Amino acid sequence: MRRRTLLTAAPLAAAGMAGLAACGSGSGGSNESPDSLTYWASNQGTSLENDKEILTPVLERFTEETGIAVDLEVIGWADLQTRIQTAITSGQGPDVVNIGNTWGVSLQATGGLLDLGDEQFEALGGRDRYVPAALATGGAVDTDPTSIPLYGLAYGMYYNVQMFADAGIEPPTTWEEMVEAAKALTDEDAGVYGMSLAAGSYTENNHFAFINATQNGASLNTEDGKPSFTEDGVVDGIMRYLDLMQEHKVVNPSNAQFDNGTKSVTSFANGEAALIINQNNAHATIESNGMSADQFAAIPFPAPADAVDDCASHLAGINLAIMKDTENVDGALQFLNFMTSEESQAELGEPFASLPVLVDGEPTFTDDTEQADMFMEIYGERAEPLPLVPWEDQFETSVGQAMNTMFATIATGGTVTRDDVVVAMQTAQDSIRA
Amino acid sequence: MPSKTAPESTRTPPQSADRPAPRRPRRHLFPYLILAPAVILELLIHIVPMATGFWMSFVELTKFFIRRWTEAPFAGLENFQIAIDLNTPVGQEFLNSFLVTLAFTALVVGISWTLGMAAAVALQRPFRGRGVFRTLFLIPYALPLYASVITWNFMLQRDTGAVNHFLVNQLGILDSAPFWLIGDNAFISVVVVAIWRMWPFAFLMFMAGLQSIPGELYEASAMDGATPMRQWRSVTLPMLAPVNQTMLLVMFLWVFNDFNTPYVLFGTAQPPAGDLISFHIYNSSFLSWDFGVGSAMSVLLLLFLLAVSLVYLYFTQWKKEKNNA
Repeated sequence: MRRRTLLTAAPLAAAGMAGLAACGSGSGGSNESPDSLTYWASNQGTSLENDKEILTPVLERFTEETGIAVDLEVIGWADLQTRIQTAITSGQGPDVVNIGNTWGVSLQATGGLLDLGDEQFEALGGRDRYVPAALATGGAVDTDPTSIPLYGLAYGMYYNVQMFADAGIEPPTTWEEMVEAAKALTDEDAGVYGMSLAAGSYTENNHFAFINATQNGASLNTEDGKPSFTEDGVVDGIMRYLDLMQEHKVVNPSNAQFDNGTKSVTSFANGEAALIINQNNAHATIESNGMSADQFAAIPFPAPADAVDDCASHLAGINLAIMKDTENVDGALQFLNFMTSEESQAELGEPFASLPVLVDGEPTFTDDTEQADMFMEIYGERAEPLPLVPWEDQFETSVGQAMNTMFATIATGGTVTRDDVVVAMQTAQDSIRA
Repeated sequence: MPSKTAPESTRTPPQSADRPAPRRPRRHLFPYLILAPAVILELLIHIVPMATGFWMSFVELTKFFIRRWTEAPFAGLENFQIAIDLNTPVGQEFLNSFLVTLAFTALVVGISWTLGMAAAVALQRPFRGRGVFRTLFLIPYALPLYASVITWNFMLQRDTGAVNHFLVNQLGILDSAPFWLIGDNAFISVVVVAIWRMWPFAFLMFMAGLQSIPGELYEASAMDGATPMRQWRSVTLPMLAPVNQTMLLVMFLWVFNDFNTPYVLFGTAQPPAGDLISFHIYNSSFLSWDFGVGSAMSVLLLLFLLAVSLVYLYFTQWKKEKNNA
């Protein structure tokens, strides 16, 4: 009887395996379902619901123009990468998806996104419509990209105008001035600190490892595309950032528990910190937390006076990609074209506080032209892309998590030395299978 | 010895030439039909994923192959070597995670067992309000996991959490507010939350087991002058042995495999002190996109749990048989 059960089970198992195997064997896009598209959007607004409210009228306009119905799902950042992985593995997913632009090359390497060659760019109005550096995030060097820029973002340093005025301090232009200002504005007894950092967020921390390293003239990857996290400039850059909490004590140790940028924004809006470093979409979040537009302003994140590079941000943003298993390639291309049209860019740029990704685009996220110009300057001239290599995602997790742990050590009363940073970076580097 | 046999005509009914031959009995098919849905679901939910995971542990399933995963190159034992190579960060962190999980399991199972037993024995005899206590004790087990662990997350926040408010501001036991979710204290937090969730299960099982112990045994032992402690040791414990045996194994497996508690409690800010093995394997697979190494770690975990379970069952069964002999 046991033998018979096993014999019955074997074909079932084989059928199950064959079914699973079939899931991963799609060969490319088609046009079998030309009337509909499924779109996974990332969370750009103040909540998933807010995103839906903003996007729905835009997508309705697309349906009116093309007759293609769009099924929208907004996915939070905590889930988006796993959802995309699952979609790529199973071949069952959306037609079009938003991705963090730093994932561009890693996702390209999976082969799950549609290559955008000359033919596709013809449908999109040409490559030269897009800001070149932003388009470069869509794929590895000398390859056809698999995603195009949708929303541009750049870091800025937001300061509390009143606090600075009361202390008679000018907004800083160098790292040293920033530290001095933060020290002057720190009053531990009153629960006010000079700065607030998302020190428990590996996604934020890895960006600052990169920006500080770039200011030191160091690179995270060698010319042949291997990780080089233990270079002096990288280690010193990380140490400089950690010292804001450790040596200068201008960051509340509790920030080591801030596992996303919104927590530091809230802290800033509540008057618990005078400075935060956030991407320009923080405008909307700061205001929704109770500060009016005239109570805060942004300046470029400063580099040390003797810095090699005045990098103030990584080239942040959101890209738009077509899944290779789409059943509506033509419709998906129309959708990409629509979302990056001047009209849609202007319409979405305001609520999502994004920078235009088109060469002749105008920022609409703020009425303050000075602020808009400053962010456009950072985005266009003082932002560098994170390493455009397939292991970029592993850099984010390994270096970001290592920095989480080092901030936790400092916050809980321990000390992090330069040697500790070297060991942590060597460990992070060794964990990458490039 | 005379034998009584029925006449031939009554034993075998006459068969007419045009009557069909009797059909073979179909009763043997019925149990299989009843079992079929369970077998199919078992295959789909347990066996197929397990077999797939086992296969994945022998292939190089990185981001380059997740779309064409049936074409992933055969890696032999390389994934296993990476997982257990203590000269590499991957191996060292896996070992650290294993040791953290061992300590976590020992504490959670041990303390949950003790609390569950104490509460069940305390509520063994009827008294006014017993039902209220029983209900109260079972609440953590009945609450949805996500909701309860996220509440702990709020309570354990350094600046705004209820725990520090209580310990520092109300009772004044501590001078400064400690961190509970980062650093070494993260281990204490995850142990406490897991015990809070697990001990009502032990309590429930012991409570059910105690119902079946005849009251006469306690009366007789009391007549012989046994103290409550002696009664517990010589009556309660032996009578609860079958419940105890199964429950310890189930608790060990659940606690060792606990994914949800660290996942909800720590989120993406996973501290090394709270790096439980299921969570570690998830991160190794999904954050680094290396599903081959992640699967190898899963297979190693499976083999370890299988070995512990077999050794445990061998000794407990052996002991039982020896006692019966």
